[in-house]
Amino acid sequence: MTAEQEYTLPEGLPAPAPDVDGLGAEFWEATKEHKLLVQRCQEDNCDTWQWGPEHICHTCHSWDLGYEEVEPTGVVYSWERVWYPVHPALATGLPYMTVLVELPQAGNVRMVGNLVGQDPEAEIKIGQAVEAVFEDHGEGEDAYTLVQWRPSAS
Amino acid sequence: MSERTIRGKTAVAGIGETTYYKRAQAPDPEFKMGLEAILLAAEDAGIDVREIDGFASYSNDRNTPERIASALGIPHYGFSNMFWGGGGGGGSGAMANAVAAIAAGYSDVVVVYRALAQGQFGRFGQGAAIPKAPGQMAFTAPYGLMSPAQTFAMRVQRFMHDHGVKQDVLRAISMTSYAHAQNNPRAVMQGRELTEEIYENSRWIVEPFHLFDCCMENDGAAAVIVVSAERAKDLKQKPAYILGAAQGSFLRQGASAHNAPDYATSNFKTVAPKLYEQAGVGPKDVDVLQSYENFTGGVLMSMVEHGFCEPDECNEFFTLENFRAPDGKLPLNTSGGNLAECYMHGLELITEAVKQIRGTSPNQVEDVNISMVTSGPMVQPVSSMILASEPS
Repeated sequence: MTAEQEYTLPEGLPAPAPDVDGLGAEFWEATKEHKLLVQRCQEDNCDTWQWGPEHICHTCHSWDLGYEEVEPTGVVYSWERVWYPVHPALATGLPYMTVLVELPQAGNVRMVGNLVGQDPEAEIKIGQAVEAVFEDHGEGEDAYTLVQWRPSAS
Repeated sequence: MSERTIRGKTAVAGIGETTYYKRAQAPDPEFKMGLEAILLAAEDAGIDVREIDGFASYSNDRNTPERIASALGIPHYGFSNMFWGGGGGGGSGAMANAVAAIAAGYSDVVVVYRALAQGQFGRFGQGAAIPKAPGQMAFTAPYGLMSPAQTFAMRVQRFMHDHGVKQDVLRAISMTSYAHAQNNPRAVMQGRELTEEIYENSRWIVEPFHLFDCCMENDGAAAVIVVSAERAKDLKQKPAYILGAAQGSFLRQGASAHNAPDYATSNFKTVAPKLYEQAGVGPKDVDVLQSYENFTGGVLMSMVEHGFCEPDECNEFFTLENFRAPDGKLPLNTSGGNLAECYMHGLELITEAVKQIRGTSPNQVEDVNISMVTSGPMVQPVSSMILASEPS
């Protein structure tokens, strides 16, 4: 996003970070390049997709996990319109829409994001196709990118 | 191994509760209220408090057994137990652990307790004001998804979509609690009636939850004393026998970023069958139900998963008329519960279930034989319990 564009939610919310043990670092690094990664078991006979990231494959218990880039599209699995500010930063940004997006191309894993590209008070239906919008924040060492979702044609 | 069951082996002998207060209104510190509730429960049972030799709590209660035992001069205890997980998921679970301690011979008199003073220690319904959200939080907090209401609204929305559940269902659950609270002098919301109009006009917190779909935040303490069935017979109160108490979770319910494979669930799908099998009764036998309302949508899914109603029949079954004591088909949350009596993390639902067995509820149902509790839907793990007027 350019400097003129506003973020979906007001600034001041916690920035995403990998776990203290490093889990999730690859995903957040890739979002800065506007790529969407999902963790996948590398065992030939398994290939399980899993999200969020884990240290072990929940299907075959292999430690051999990797991240694969997937098409940044999905389908709305559930949604909620938020009217109460659970954080001081949100007081000026109400209401807003949070969506849970299912990724059929990645074993139906789900990701949480905000719905962009339409008025937050406009209707959204479960099953609506969406595409990712990579929302860049901050600069230098403080830079990070959120993955938001916008309704799409298919 | 001989038959593995706790059915009818133990009973609730005593209950104790402080006055329940609005959040931050308690005149006493949390620990002091915890002691008061334990002393009241011992007095109610007719047991010297120094006989307590086991402790069980949940939801990371700050008031440790060692501090309580030291304060009360308890000569020995053989069981100290914390049920993992947040919210009220461990209410019946802590009871199950108390029962297990007695059945196993670790202790003879176990107290289950919970004390809360949010004025002293901070609130539940707010996100943490931190610069970075690491690990699992990274996938939700930066998107403004930080509170329990938001975490659970997403599950409830999907359940309502899948089964065509109307908002009226959530409204009926809330109105039931408020209606019952009007007869309960202990209820924080006594004197505050809730009509359909007031509910519909109330502000949204997060759709599909209005203000009145969300539990209160309160100060107070409660305690429950569990002993063997044999001991209970000789004590002051009519025993409330524990026929079953089950706890648990199922496949990847704790998967981060809302990735539980079976998502639109209160998490009772494996716990409920275990509970009924252990108790030897089914949902049709239940005379009165206390179902934990962190949010009304949790009650909806808990009741479906405990077999009180088919998922596609909720719009017909969930009515104030059906849930109202004493004559409704299934009297529900008869003290006012977490929504309108007090949010004591559901331990007040367990004391109310005991009162229904004793015949001392403010909204007493006639001839209660089976009195059931479900604790903390949608968290991981959850628990539920069946009390009875007879041990078998």
